[in-house]
This record gives sequence, C-alpha cells and structure tokens, in this order.
Amino acid sequence: MSSALIPYIDEPHPVTGVTNSKLGVWLFLASEVMLFGALFSSYIILRVGAVTWPHGSAILNVPLATLNTMVLITSSVTMVMSWASLKMNKFGKFRFYLGSTIFLAFVFLVVKAFEYGAKFEHHHFPSTDNFYGLYFTLTGLHGLHILGGIVVNLYLLFPGSKLWKTNPEQFAGRVECAGLYWHFVDLVWIFLFPVLYLL
Amino acid sequence: MSQNHNHPTEHHELNWIQKYVFSVDHKVIGIQYALTGLTFLFFGFCLMMLMRWQLAFPGEPLPLIGKLFSDTTMPGGVMLPEFYNSLGAMHGTIMVFLGVVPLAVGGFGNYLVPLQIGAADMAFPKLNAASYWSYFMGGVIMLISFFVPGGPANSGWTSYPPLSDIASTGQTVWLLGMVFLITSSLLGSVNFIVTIVQMRAKGLSFFRMPFFVWAQFVTSFLLLLAFPPLEAAAVLQLMDRVAGTSFFLPSGLVVSGNPLTIAGGGNPVLWQHLFWFLAHPEVYVLILPAIGIVTEIIVNNTRKPLYGYKTLVYSVLFLGFMSFVVWAHHMFMTGMGTTMSSFFQATTMIISIPSVVILTCLIITLWGASIRFTLPMHFALAFLPMFAIGGLTGLPLGLTTSDIHLHDTYYVIGHFHYVVAPGTLFALFAGIYHWYPKATGRMMNTLLGKLHFWISFLAINGIFMPMFIQGIAGVSRRLHTPTMYAHAQAVQGTNVFMSCSAWILGLAQLLFIVNFFMSLKNGKKTNDNPWNGTTLEWSTPTPPPHGNFTKPPIVYRGPYEYSVPGHATDFIPQVQPN
Repeated sequence: MSSALIPYIDEPHPVTGVTNSKLGVWLFLASEVMLFGALFSSYIILRVGAVTWPHGSAILNVPLATLNTMVLITSSVTMVMSWASLKMNKFGKFRFYLGSTIFLAFVFLVVKAFEYGAKFEHHHFPSTDNFYGLYFTLTGLHGLHILGGIVVNLYLLFPGSKLWKTNPEQFAGRVECAGLYWHFVDLVWIFLFPVLYLL
Repeated sequence: MSQNHNHPTEHHELNWIQKYVFSVDHKVIGIQYALTGLTFLFFGFCLMMLMRWQLAFPGEPLPLIGKLFSDTTMPGGVMLPEFYNSLGAMHGTIMVFLGVVPLAVGGFGNYLVPLQIGAADMAFPKLNAASYWSYFMGGVIMLISFFVPGGPANSGWTSYPPLSDIASTGQTVWLLGMVFLITSSLLGSVNFIVTIVQMRAKGLSFFRMPFFVWAQFVTSFLLLLAFPPLEAAAVLQLMDRVAGTSFFLPSGLVVSGNPLTIAGGGNPVLWQHLFWFLAHPEVYVLILPAIGIVTEIIVNNTRKPLYGYKTLVYSVLFLGFMSFVVWAHHMFMTGMGTTMSSFFQATTMIISIPSVVILTCLIITLWGASIRFTLPMHFALAFLPMFAIGGLTGLPLGLTTSDIHLHDTYYVIGHFHYVVAPGTLFALFAGIYHWYPKATGRMMNTLLGKLHFWISFLAINGIFMPMFIQGIAGVSRRLHTPTMYAHAQAVQGTNVFMSCSAWILGLAQLLFIVNFFMSLKNGKKTNDNPWNGTTLEWSTPTPPPHGNFTKPPIVYRGPYEYSVPGHATDFIPQVQPN
C-alpha cells in the first residue's frame, strides 16, 4: 500500500549500496548471531562446570550427521544457483534449484527425525543430562530455523513468484535475502556439528 | 485539520478498522503503541499501589476494595505473601517491557523518527504493524497469566532460578509472553535502523539528524543485539520447566525437604549472566529515548543551539557500546571472583563518564538562555536533577565494596526508580505534552498540566527518596512483611509516608488522563509549528497525513539553528533554504 512512498525497495541506496530488505536481513542475522552466540556460550559454561561430560562421537550418530552436513551444504549451493538463475533470466532453472533446496531441507529434517527417534528408543531425553539437554535444545532450535527457511522458500516458489512478472529486480532481491538467511542456518549447523558430535 | 491540506500522495479509501486498527502507517502504529503502553503503565502502577498498602500497614485488611479479591490472593482483604510476590514480579515486567519501552521506543520512535528524518513512513510498514501486534499478544499473554492456577509469575521480574524453575505455571506463561515481546522489539529495531540508514531526506546527513534520532538509532542497536541472549535464556528456562532439563538447576537441590528428581549439574548463575546481558543494555534502552526527548524540548525552549551536539552524539555511541560490557555489576554478590568483579567495576565507572557528559551538555545549554517555561519544559527540566540523582546513587552500587552493604536493599530500588520513574517517565510526559499538538492539532490544557506536574513531582520524590534511607538502614527488597525484622521496624514510618505519596501520585495521573482526552475535543487549536521548532516534524501539515510531507523535504542546515544573529526570526527550520 505504501510501497509508492518508500524508496530503495528494488534498487540499492546509492551510498550504502544495499536495498532496505538486504540491510534488514543482515541486521536480523546479527541478532541471530547473538542468539546462537548466547547458546554456545551456555554450552561452554555448562561443560566446563560439569564433573563428567560424554564424548559426543561415542553416543551420537556421526555418519548420519555427516550425511546431513553434506545435504545442508548442497542445499546452500542450490540456493545460490536459484538466485543466479534469476539473474540470468532463467525462471525454469530457478524453480528447479529452489525446489531442490526445499527438498534437501526436508531430507535434513527427516534424517534428524530418525536420529531423534533412535535417541528416544534408548530412553535418552532432554532430561537425561545436560549434554542431551543441550543436544536437543540446540538441534531443535536449529530445526525450527530450517522449518522457517522451508516456509519462506515455499512462499517464494509458489505464491510469491508472481512478483517475477511485475518486478523481477525486487523478486531477485527477495530470493537473495532468503538465501542469506539459508546460508546462515547452514553455517549454524557447521558449528553445531563439531561442537555436539565431535568434541 | 487534515482536510485543509491536500496532499498529492496516492489516496485509498480505507475503512475505520484498516485505518486505525490494522494500520501500517507509522503514525497510527506509534499512537497504538503509546496508548497501549500508557494503559500498561497505569495498570502496572495499580499493582504497586496495592502492594504499598501491605507495606504501609502489614497484615491489615485493605479497606473498600479489599473484598473484591479472591481467597487465593487477598482473603478478607489481607494480602498473601504469594500474591505479593506475583504483584512485584508483574509490576517490574509490565513497567519495563510493556510500559516504558513500548511508549518510548514503539510510541515516540515510531511516530517521530520518520517525521524527523523526512521519510514518508518506516522502511517496512507491514513489519512495523507485526511488531505492534506481537507486542500486543505478549501483553495479552501476560494478562492471561493472572488467571492461571498459582497466579502469575512470582519469582521477580528477573526470574532467577532455581526458584523460577520450580515456580507455578505462571512462570511458563511469563516466558511465552517474553518470547512475543522479544520478537516485537527485534522487528522494531531492524525497522528503525534500516529507516534511519536508508531513508533520510535529501541533505540530511548523519550529523544533521536531531539528537532524538541518534538516541533511537543507538537504542535500536541495543535492542537488536541484547535481546537475543535473553531469548536464549528464556528457551533454556522453558526447557528446564517443560522438558525437565537442568540447565539452571545444580545437583542435590532440595525443595521443601524433598530432593528434586533431576539430572542436576546446571548453573543458576548462568541465567543471571544471560539475563543481565540483556537487562543492562535494557536500562539504556529505557533512558536513551528519554534523553533524546528531553534534548529536543530543552533546545526548543532555550531558543539556543544545543551545546556540544557532536559531543553528545559521540557520548551516546560510546554509551551504547559500553553498555554491553557492564552487565555483571548486578552480580557482585554471586561469588564470581574478585578479578571479574574488578573488571566490571572498572567498566561501570567508565560508563558513568558519557552519562555525565550528556547531562553536562544539557545543563550548559540552559546557561544564559532566556528560558520559555512551557508545560513540556517543566517536565524536561525536572528530568535533569532526577536523572542526576538516579545516576549518582548508582556509583556506590557499582563499587564492589559499598555494594556488599547496599545489594538487594531498598537503596537499589530507589536508585533505578529515580532513573526510570522521575527520569524516563517525566521525559515521556514532556514528550507527550510537546508533540500532542502535532499529533492532534490541539494543545493540552496548561493549568491541568501544571497541576499534574507539581503534584507528580512532589509525590514521586516522596516515594523514592525515603528508599535510600531504608536501604542504608538495611531493609531488604521483596519483603512481604517489612516489620518482621527489628532493623526494619525503625524505618517503618517512612513506609506509610511513601505509600501515601504513591496514592497521591496515582490520583495525580487522573489529571493527565482527563487532560489527554478532554483536549482532543476542547484543546486550543494550533498551527503547524506551535513551539517555533526547527526540526522536520514541524514542517508537516497537522496532523501529518498519510505520507507525511506535502512534497519530499530537502534539508539545508543542522537541526538546532535557534537565535542566529542577524536573522529575522529566532529559529530557522531545517527545510528553509539560505
């Protein structure tokens, strides 16, 4: 409604060099860094204060997590490709790559669900000890972020893609912002994987 | 008034609900924030007025309205300790997270920042509306918690574990409410920063921005970066309460003689670190917009340029940065060690320097001026000594040695209430009286306003000044029955005086409420610039239409060109070409 009044929605600001949304997403990611930063700090404090702390690789499923790492990194690549396709004006390829990103995100969640299921079967719950508590809290919160990314990407793939016809620049900008978020979610996992599974 | 001004921006016919309820216009959202915030402020104050009865007359039934309360809260009008705890926790939560911050940042920030930088709206109008409705939901959830079994949260507004981990259901509802409030402030702060960076009018360089915009800019960064750790802490505490983890529960915890069946190994001090990592910057979130408002009003009414504009800007930036490295001065008594304490003592002493610089600049601005004693100027001038008392009484708390005696006493309560109540709240009242004519086209009544000011000013000091005496006498905070200790009985007389002051203060706010609503209809009509201000919001039609400016403004000068020698008027608006 007010879009006619607001500048720099589809073109970058001449001084800052970014659109409003891109600056907004970077700021949002800064706050996300603080969120996960606080959780990782809590991990450190709880771990150094603990009498005993299990070795992650002994009780968690490292091969499955490695597979998931691969899945997530590949999804980041397809995310970039979907944006690049838009920039090269190939809408069909964009749909393929964004669809792949969403598919891979679901694969990640399904693998994660199997991991959770195996833990519950062996009666390992968040209440078991603080290692499992942190494991479930951190991966759960990360899973919620994946779910949020899926919702955004589904929107861009189906109803949101109508914008491509009327304002391709703005649409490519939206895909780029979703991509920035997606890479961040990927990056969090890159930290979570060694911290929980390997150290 | 708006029908007198035809504005060229596209105009859609909106129905009442689209225009005033689910609006995306920053001015409507600002007013929604302000009215909701004011309502919560009064509600939070009512909770305190109830508690003040118990403090003044412990164990005596509350007359008149005492019978209205249920048997689980005040049987026969006598307040139960559990209910007292709930009221205390909810008073703090409501005042800070649902009252002052939404009014100062959501209300004044939303209304004024786009106007003062010459923008048509905020950068993300829909996000702005989402921010308000998220805040509103958070408020509703907090109110719902009054009706769950066991009452609302009762572990203090700081929610320290282990107590909060084992408290009644209200605490879980509190955490859920906080998640909504944190989301709201996150959306708001992203919006403010993008708006200020991207959407300033042509010619409005950073160092031509009004100081209020600078204050909001720094505040937004504090909200953006300090709230997520509290969100993390809230998630961890929610896991403790719902999923049975022991992040904040140490091993071997015994509650009412029964050992808790938990894994243990947690760290209650971890919560305090995460909480204060938010809550200390939060103090500056409470005070910076207030300083911004006071600066605008003082400059406008001294008819002089602001003394040390750049010094103020650099001070507020430094203040914002330092506020992230002082948090553990709230925790000297946790036994975290003298090295840590010394570090946080040093940073705390350093952060007092920019605060003093800001206050000094404002006082020097007054020097040699022929001051216009307008109604908002009364509140703005009162802010200076009140904030000074609040700030200076903080020094003995920031020094580890004197903190040992004063920690968790009424001295602490007096200290931060001086900053936030006669400090920030007076600044917010000043702001309402100052910008009311811009928002409505009418002035508020001066006589009622001055009565409101003088009664509030005397009463509020009557409440908080004796707290220093009580605190130095060693009276603990959060005491349901203050007379249970001999050393507290000696100063019990001050409690009666403070409670009477609180009730008088409550009555004085009725003057403000009456004035606020009466002036909508009967206030004196004003022109677009009743105070002869220079900043951009005074160059818009009154009240500003959708899109704010009749044509995109161009800025030619700094924000405070008052009494320029040789100029015909004593002010030059920023939009006036040479």
